[in-house]
Amino acid sequence: MPDVVISAATQVLAHVPGLARHGSKPRRELPKNAEQAEKFAAALRTFEDAAAYPPHQAWIGNIHPRDLPARPYSANAGAPQRTGRFGEIMPEEEFFGLLAAVDDFELFALSPEAAKAAAAALAVHPLAKALNLERIEKAGGDIEAVAAEPNALRLTDGAVMRCAQADDESLSAHVLIDNLAAKATATLALLHLLERSGIDPTSVEYVIGCGEEAIGDRYQRGGGNMGKTVAEAAGLTDASGADVKNFCAAFVPALVVASSLVSAGVFKRVVVVSGGSLAKLGMKFQGHLAKELPIMEDVLGGTACLIEADDGTSPKVRLDVVGRHKVSAGGSAAEVMKALAVEPLSRHGIAMTEIDDYATELHNPEITEPQGSGNVPERNYRTIAALSAAKGDIARADIASFVTERGMPGYAPTQGHLASALCYLPHALDRLTTGDARKVMLLAKGSLFLGRMCQLSDGMSVLLERNERR
Amino acid sequence: MLQGKKVIAVGERDGISGPAIAACAKAAGAEVVFVATECFV
Amino acid sequence: MDLQTQEAILRASQTHDKADLLVLLGSPDPESAEIAAETVIVGDPSYAGALAGAQLGLLTYHVLEDEVHADVPDDVWEAQIGVMADVLEADALSATVAGFRNQA
Repeated sequence: MPDVVISAATQVLAHVPGLARHGSKPRRELPKNAEQAEKFAAALRTFEDAAAYPPHQAWIGNIHPRDLPARPYSANAGAPQRTGRFGEIMPEEEFFGLLAAVDDFELFALSPEAAKAAAAALAVHPLAKALNLERIEKAGGDIEAVAAEPNALRLTDGAVMRCAQADDESLSAHVLIDNLAAKATATLALLHLLERSGIDPTSVEYVIGCGEEAIGDRYQRGGGNMGKTVAEAAGLTDASGADVKNFCAAFVPALVVASSLVSAGVFKRVVVVSGGSLAKLGMKFQGHLAKELPIMEDVLGGTACLIEADDGTSPKVRLDVVGRHKVSAGGSAAEVMKALAVEPLSRHGIAMTEIDDYATELHNPEITEPQGSGNVPERNYRTIAALSAAKGDIARADIASFVTERGMPGYAPTQGHLASALCYLPHALDRLTTGDARKVMLLAKGSLFLGRMCQLSDGMSVLLERNERR
Repeated sequence: MLQGKKVIAVGERDGISGPAIAACAKAAGAEVVFVATECFV
Repeated sequence: MDLQTQEAILRASQTHDKADLLVLLGSPDPESAEIAAETVIVGDPSYAGALAGAQLGLLTYHVLEDEVHADVPDDVWEAQIGVMADVLEADALSATVAGFRNQA
């Protein structure tokens, strides 16, 4: 079986305070309470605050998560930096231009002023040549008229989303803006990937989407194909694609499928992409307002990574060290972790202490704690450490140091698939090339029971390893 | 304490899941009338 | 607490004798245990769900409390709870839920 590597990975954020109230939770709660809606609007962050926010700087690669300052993060933030080694943070004004540029059906409408400002800003973007800027000017017009169309959705003062078909929930304005935002963020990440890796765009043969959106119509609600959608938007003319769906856990199965396709010789280059989840914006806003914090769920993430045959330098995907949560494994957090962290390593005689970094669910605790959801990464790391102690790889007294040394603080937005191991990928590539790590384990978990079709959880893990030829 | 009780199992994904609580309750002689697992992230 | 869960608990409290019912929580930390215990005993603190103002006063334990553990056969406990008893802070969880139980 030929070796497979991940040769590049990028991550972007779009700061979208104007879209935050269209997240599922604020959308349901704010119309019931005018006072709360006012507080929500007043608690939104400026672009400068969002760009300076240390977890966002970790996301775009300007700081390793272990080097994050003390919390509260915003009190210890440095200067705002728009770009990083992994990608960029895009302001909303520009992101609206990007939404228009990737909108194939003229569904997204802007005021003339918003369109002009977005087009001017994107025209000087380093990736401008890859974008259809004409569409942005075209999206500008009489948005009051668009807003008056049946079932149109007013997004902000300067932006409206049309509904594509009045009696089809899957084509409502709300669903379509979710999907378009996911397309735009994934496309931006992929364009950065092409730019940074320098590969010929026609050399990518397949693109797999692993985001949380559900593209489709009433006859096939989650029908999909964000993969191929984004391939087209980024100019990958020779690629096709498909999606891998698995709640928050989708990235690792997508990576394993992509790596298997390369290993089997089906395709030479495969890209895995994901876009942001607009539905999750403002999800924990009530906790944030109650504690007089800003609305921190105001960004959409996008990711892309490139998988290809062994190039002699990039980190390898160990397809022989894949952990999966079996149907019979039981749903307890410990059983899930046993299946993902203990079993695949034990099978190969690898001690749990040989793993330099475990990348598990890395939700930013500053976002989750105020709403009573606790510190998700810390719980995951404590579980991994307790299992390591139960197995005899460490002493019980060393659980805390295991967590500090092999874990890390959470820094990802609360968009499940982004937080679930995926956010660490570009850091992992750094650590396994220019850094001093030899082995990094990616562990993704998903909550299948949320869909009310079974009571199961799921998860998958895979080991990444430094390329010995390097 | 659990013998003969009708148990509502409210698990949480990051704590103890609903089915795990239900299995414990059944083994302790209770009847389980509702099982849920919550996920807040 | 999830809105559907609240509706189901309300229904259960109407279809069964409340004295027979016992709620077992699996919350991972004291903050979420507090919200869950408050919801089923006093009512939904967020006023969003079916249990808002319900004051069901249901007998409620965290599954990691000693009284529950004592009733569960060791092999079942090991298989279902296992190392989670070490990962989660059982004392803090127990104290939180007991605090609400004693208010009921």
